[in-house]
Amino acid sequence: MAKKSTQLAIDTRPWRDTSNNKPFVRIKNVTKKFGDVLAVHDVSLDIYKSELFCLLGGSGSGKSTLLRMLAGFEQPTSGTIEIDGQDMTEVPPYNRPVNMMFQSYALFPHMSVEQNIAYGLKRDNLPKGEITDRVAELLSLVKLQDYGRRKPHQLSGGQRQRVALARALAKRPKLLLLDEPLGALDKKLREETQFELVKIQESLGVTFIVVTHDQEEAMTLATRIGVMNLGEIAMVGEPTDIYEFPNSRFVAGFIGSANMVEGVVTEDEPGHVRIRSNELGCDIYVGHGVDCAPEQLLWWAIRPEKMSLSREKPVPPHDANVTSGIVEEIAYLGDISLYQVALESGKRIRVSQTNSVRGNPDAITWDEKVYITWSDSSGSVLTV
Amino acid sequence: MTATHTPTIPPPRRLKPWNAVERGLAKVGISGRMLVLAAPVLWLLVFFLIPLAVVFGISLATKQFGRPPYSPLLTTEEGTVQLTLHLNNYIRLFTDNLYIAAYLSSIRIAFISTVITLFVGYPMAYAIARAPDRWRNILLMLVILPFFTSFLLRVYALTGFMRGNGVINQFLGLFGIEPLVMMQTDFAVYVGIVYTYLPFMILPLYTTLVKLDVSLFEASADLGARPLRTFLSVTLPLSLPGIIAGSMLVFIPAIGEYVIPSLLGGPETLMIGRVLWDEFFTAANWPRAAAVAVAMLLAVVVPIMLLQRAQSAVVER
Amino acid sequence: MRRGWFLPIAATLGFSFLYAPIVSLVIFSFNESRLVTVWSGFSTKWYGELFRDPQMLKAAWLSLQIAAIAATIALVLGTLAAVALVRFRRFKGRTLFSGMVSAPLVMPDVITGLSLLLLFVAMEGFLGWPQGRGMLTIVIAHSTFCTAYVCVVVQSRLSDFDRSLEEAAMDLGASPVRTFFDITLPIIAPALVSGWLLGFTLSLDDLVIASFVSGPGSSTLPMVIFSKVRLGVSPDVNALATIIIGLVATGVLIATIIQLRSKPKKAKA
Repeated sequence: MAKKSTQLAIDTRPWRDTSNNKPFVRIKNVTKKFGDVLAVHDVSLDIYKSELFCLLGGSGSGKSTLLRMLAGFEQPTSGTIEIDGQDMTEVPPYNRPVNMMFQSYALFPHMSVEQNIAYGLKRDNLPKGEITDRVAELLSLVKLQDYGRRKPHQLSGGQRQRVALARALAKRPKLLLLDEPLGALDKKLREETQFELVKIQESLGVTFIVVTHDQEEAMTLATRIGVMNLGEIAMVGEPTDIYEFPNSRFVAGFIGSANMVEGVVTEDEPGHVRIRSNELGCDIYVGHGVDCAPEQLLWWAIRPEKMSLSREKPVPPHDANVTSGIVEEIAYLGDISLYQVALESGKRIRVSQTNSVRGNPDAITWDEKVYITWSDSSGSVLTV
Repeated sequence: MTATHTPTIPPPRRLKPWNAVERGLAKVGISGRMLVLAAPVLWLLVFFLIPLAVVFGISLATKQFGRPPYSPLLTTEEGTVQLTLHLNNYIRLFTDNLYIAAYLSSIRIAFISTVITLFVGYPMAYAIARAPDRWRNILLMLVILPFFTSFLLRVYALTGFMRGNGVINQFLGLFGIEPLVMMQTDFAVYVGIVYTYLPFMILPLYTTLVKLDVSLFEASADLGARPLRTFLSVTLPLSLPGIIAGSMLVFIPAIGEYVIPSLLGGPETLMIGRVLWDEFFTAANWPRAAAVAVAMLLAVVVPIMLLQRAQSAVVER
Repeated sequence: MRRGWFLPIAATLGFSFLYAPIVSLVIFSFNESRLVTVWSGFSTKWYGELFRDPQMLKAAWLSLQIAAIAATIALVLGTLAAVALVRFRRFKGRTLFSGMVSAPLVMPDVITGLSLLLLFVAMEGFLGWPQGRGMLTIVIAHSTFCTAYVCVVVQSRLSDFDRSLEEAAMDLGASPVRTFFDITLPIIAPALVSGWLLGFTLSLDDLVIASFVSGPGSSTLPMVIFSKVRLGVSPDVNALATIIIGLVATGVLIATIIQLRSKPKKAKA
């Protein structure tokens, strides 16, 4: 959801030009051990100003620990954290220009909404008038103008979430950390809030770092995503990069769904690579050079929407990139249909097709023999 | 809506008095933590540990006229310092039948009372734990309420109940039964201890029982066990931490009880707490009383350690 | 769990056992005659006698003062100790500290009383303070053993406390001390009140320790009651008991009503 713009491309994507742009947050070789357990292992990450950066991972991936270290609630066992050029590794949370929105919202139950939002401002000893103005401003930002006097237990889940956001933004922090901000909301509310969150972030220009386990959320919100696995960063990139050009089997399997097959390199040329896959029952022709060696064992992943089904055998170039099987299962999802095709080798491939013809009487159905094809740039070659 | 703000380094915080104090103390090596600990540690050191040391010290003195009524341990005479320790108190503890009898009697009485309390308290705790939610809090309140009423007054109430012409005997008299002698007996002391310490048994038992997973009982019943069997094989073993905690909370203080045996027991009811009191107040033999105290402490330390173990077992659950 | 006949009957018997003596106390405080066993008519004369007894009144006033002061001191010490035990993960001498704090819970009163008296006497000898025994020494003694109880209550509340609230406060710029006073304390306030009340009750009720550490002219209420009761039954004590039971029952009732009122809106922190 980053602003689409041709001229402002470089301005809004500072990570694409690292020589001229300095990162706002520098995480350098940070490791965190809890006793013998390695929660975060040698993580280095650069995050630029005004980004909406998402740390994406499952439980135990280390993303929450990393976030807490950014907030100051945990000290790295080794490594440094710099924010806006200043080393913040040893700085306690109450002295950092960083604020956090907690997963459980952590609203002070004995204070009203206004008092909750004003709390941080009072700690800075701002004059009373300014505090009142700021609180009113924030309440209108999150559309809770009439709820100032209420206490947290008198609010709904969505309202509490907005108060938590307002409270975190009150001090105009340089960096805002959000821990699973949309986790507790139902689907409809989540979609609306995602949109609002991005709008607020873009208008205020605050750098956001969001921790989430929900890939859809990450893809929707983020300018860049950092995928974490077992305490390490698996891949950092823009959502398109992560989805279309994963750098490992883990990332390919983690985001969206992918068909993954093993193969052996039979031809290794600067312009193309041919992989023989027994699982697929055919050759895979990749239309670009890959950093690999002949006879090398590697994996190839392709997403369901990148393949097409047909009843007639197509004639592909290079005598590759086509295989056949029997349709085992069809999941009708309304806008698309997911076909599970059983190949001769026993391997099951998932292909998705858009239902562009309304009530198609000639649609492919169960137990039909079908051919699956794809182009030579549809899949990713993965060596790890 | 605010325009994009330009982040700047925050203005230097006005040096609040607390920050300055904290920084100053840190320079001397005192952390905030130590300040929190300071008051309770100092207080307990002076008013808990040191008194115990003093007791030990005085147990090694001997009774003497004067203020205070015990011999000084350290005496200085012409440039020499003399440390005089009298062991006769401890020797007497072991040789005089009174003390040994009192110990054994105390342990016996405390043990029997604890067992009775367990039998009376367990069904009550169980009933409260299995009661519907709304009733539970009321029942618990009913259990705790007597605890807040004066302990002394409750024991006094028991005397009214158990006297020769007391309520119970009056009631029995209606059926033509001869009045029972209940006061000034070991029996009265049992009743007294059970009566007073019942809340201490019920509460830990209740805490353990209420945390038990009901589905365990259902599973047991599903597998064919009748209620009694389920109780013996499932409920009882799982409530063991509560049983131990409750028993220790009754047994240990009961050993050293003074008021109950004094008001309800007879001259034959020997309990060590009473012996200590008499040594101190009646015989004015402070060192002897101190020696009794030291011996009592040692006898009580082992059950205390058992209680700590049981408590950590409950916490782990 | 199938409800049989056993549990309700056992529970009813148990509760009757617990309350029967108390009920008889109350009933006979209104008895005409001196006997606590034979009812001879309704009278409130014992209440009158109670209020005309200077010794009782003086002792009651003294006990109330001591209880209030000791409960307050115990609240401060107990809360600090609880914070240390719950929040500081490991520190030197932690087991010893934990033992020191919880020992008074199980130590027999006679030992606590004796040890403190011997301490006061020794201190008087060496330092000249405390001079004689009286209200001060009783307050010190009571504070010491009440701290243990307060600590247990506060500890249990603190360990249930949602740390993220404190983290949120620190994140917004509050130092740890500030956080404690702004956030933690107000939220655990009910536990603090319970702890104070517990300490107050225990102090008010203590006989043995006060007997050891009190001096001439500083007899507490339990001490006066005890000496009366030793000699036999005394109906004005019944009257006193009824008043205390009445106060306690009212207090507990109010507390329960407050708790029940706040239940539907309760947001657990």
